[in-house]
Amino acid sequence: MFEESVRSQYGVVPPNEEPGVGSQESEDGLPRRGVLAGIAALALVGPLGVAQAQHVHQSIPQVDLGPYKPKAFTYHEFATLESLCEKIVPGAAKGRAAEFVDLLSSQNPEMAAIFTGGLGWLDNAMQRTYGATFLAAKSEERISMLDQIAYKKNETPELAAGIRFFVWARRLAVDAYYTSAAGIKELGYLGNKGMKEFTVPQEAIDYAVKRSGL
Amino acid sequence: MAYHLLMFQITRSPQVADVVIIGSGAGGGTATKVLTDLGINVTLLEAGPMLHPETDFLEHVWPYQVSHRGSGEGGASYFGRGRDFGWWSAHAGGWQLPGEPYTVAEGSKFRWFRSRILGGRTNHYGRISLRYADYDLKPYSRDGIGTDWPISYDDIAPYYDKAEGFIGVTGSKEGLRSAPDGIFQQCPPPRVHEVLIKKASDKLGIPCVPNRLAVITKPLNGRPACHYCGQCGRGCISAANYCSAQVQVFPAMKSGRVNLINNAMARELITDSSGKVTAVSYVDKLTRTEHQVRCRTVVLAASCCESTRLLLNSKSARFPNGLGNSSGTVGRYLTDNTGFGLGAAIPALQGLPRYDSDGMGGAHLYMPWWLWDKKTAFPRGYHIEIGGGYGMPGIGSFAGLANRVEGYGDPLKKAIYEDYGTHVSFAGRGEMIPNSDTYCEIDPTVVDKWGIPVLKFHFKWTDAELKQVEHMEQTFTDIIETMGGTVTRSTRPTDQKISTGGEIIHEVGAIRMGDDPQTSPLNKYCQSHDVKNLFVADAAPFVSNPDKNPTLTIVALAWRTSEYLAEEMRKGNV
Repeated sequence: MFEESVRSQYGVVPPNEEPGVGSQESEDGLPRRGVLAGIAALALVGPLGVAQAQHVHQSIPQVDLGPYKPKAFTYHEFATLESLCEKIVPGAAKGRAAEFVDLLSSQNPEMAAIFTGGLGWLDNAMQRTYGATFLAAKSEERISMLDQIAYKKNETPELAAGIRFFVWARRLAVDAYYTSAAGIKELGYLGNKGMKEFTVPQEAIDYAVKRSGL
Repeated sequence: MAYHLLMFQITRSPQVADVVIIGSGAGGGTATKVLTDLGINVTLLEAGPMLHPETDFLEHVWPYQVSHRGSGEGGASYFGRGRDFGWWSAHAGGWQLPGEPYTVAEGSKFRWFRSRILGGRTNHYGRISLRYADYDLKPYSRDGIGTDWPISYDDIAPYYDKAEGFIGVTGSKEGLRSAPDGIFQQCPPPRVHEVLIKKASDKLGIPCVPNRLAVITKPLNGRPACHYCGQCGRGCISAANYCSAQVQVFPAMKSGRVNLINNAMARELITDSSGKVTAVSYVDKLTRTEHQVRCRTVVLAASCCESTRLLLNSKSARFPNGLGNSSGTVGRYLTDNTGFGLGAAIPALQGLPRYDSDGMGGAHLYMPWWLWDKKTAFPRGYHIEIGGGYGMPGIGSFAGLANRVEGYGDPLKKAIYEDYGTHVSFAGRGEMIPNSDTYCEIDPTVVDKWGIPVLKFHFKWTDAELKQVEHMEQTFTDIIETMGGTVTRSTRPTDQKISTGGEIIHEVGAIRMGDDPQTSPLNKYCQSHDVKNLFVADAAPFVSNPDKNPTLTIVALAWRTSEYLAEEMRKGNV
């Protein structure tokens, strides 16, 4: 397990870059996150002189971040997934939820089948009901479909597969968002920075004690 | 050992090591430190690779810095195939190791956690460091069940002092007989949910005191104080918690007295015609070649069950039941601690102003056993560990909630925001009494990938443990309800609520100590009655498994055994 560095093996990147799933390759074939990490490392060095900056500018391959190229999904599937994730967790795009699912699906046929199957079910159900794919349908039609498949109590033979898929989609969208910098910030997690002395704000204690009646 | 193997395949060490220590966890790390401090050269065999904390430990890494966010390659954790204890854990092992099986007898359930890395399970363990009480060591004298230890609290106490003083343990003087005081560093203050738990415990008459964790809050022996990031389980790069590799083995290596051999899987102990151990045979896992390191003495510290396996596999004409096993009890008296957990959301914590609740990698309070002098429906007792606070969000953090509230969009986000940080949890860890249905033996039909016969486990909880777990459930329910929370009691029978044997990873006792060689393999210094140059320094010598996590006692006893061994060497007795 630890034969090689876990950090290098999994490409742990500096926190200030936050590349999301970022293991896609850039146009020149270099792993994008590697390039980003390189830039970050340089950024830590501090202000550079003009000559040095010029040198750095030339030595770093120019990366066009461009639109994401899905690895496991078709462009249509990927766009549908992006839209679905954003509906489930508004802000999911900031958490790169669809890219997260695409990456895992590219590594795991079982995950890929759940999502290509689920997205296929969704488009077919939308076509049958509204005559349009999820992406092409009107907003209220999409909402109407989600209102059915987002709850187990709605289970019918027609909806069962969609409801099962939605549980998966919700689970991964939630995970993707709340493990992203945007989601963690919104949630209000303030840790992972360490401190010299551990203290607890008295007003927080007072608040809870008062509410508890203890 | 077949002669042709010796001739053609085995590389024997030219030097005779004074001491070969097998295993580098709490016991082996302590033996390495104590023996080298006394000027003795040791050869340390570790079945796993070298530890490189600054690159191996995932301390401070955010989930978004890793492509799979901690779900494992291909989202393994979504399919129940994720790393045990989460992707971030520093354990380098698991409940199953590829190519290193164990078997479980029909009708039994048992899980065996192994870490293959310098430092072993001290890389990731919970760091809870509790002294055994005086009465814990004399259980038979107290209630007529089990067996007394051949040593008393007074024999171990000086070594608890040394262990705590050296590794660093938080705590406070409480004067409780069930939880003896020690040499403590200041424990950080309780978090908000812990304040509520303490208030509820006070109402119920349950002591709730500063936790005793092997985490330093003041610099110690060149180690900086804790920086309160809450990530002890990922390993601490600055070694502010106890990990035997960082705290004992690395400093000992600077003395030049440690010959560390990594990736060395011990196969058996070789004895001569006088019945003394003369060499340890091991497989170099990287090259699959056979080696022997010759030795004057050997210290087994491979973990309770792995040390047992090694003795049982060291058979010869002189020792047909395995080495040091004339009593026939090696493998017997195996126990784990009991385990049961319960949690709930606490309404009083809703809407709490957010704060950084990371702190030490564990609770800042705990509840020692409080009914030791009262009549209960079961023998012995348990302590309570607590959880809660604003943990770093991770894969699955809100899976349960999302499945309960269902839906999507802003209402889902609102539910997650409001639920975050409102949960508390309680885990009981209690004493299991050795029973004749719980033991391990060699399974002659199965070998690991190096051809070493594997262990077969037999395990059974008795009524004593089940009644104890029922008491835990009632107590945790009482505490939660006193805090204003609601418990939905599971209707499963108790034997499905109690932890699976081995799951608490507190397995002890399979090579126990005792004054009578007919009934115990080891004497009171954890030296084999049969083989004078054989010592055991892990949890295998424990005679009982009190309601306290075993690591601190492993360190204390290994310290004591190492000093005894050094003195016996000096006297020329071994």
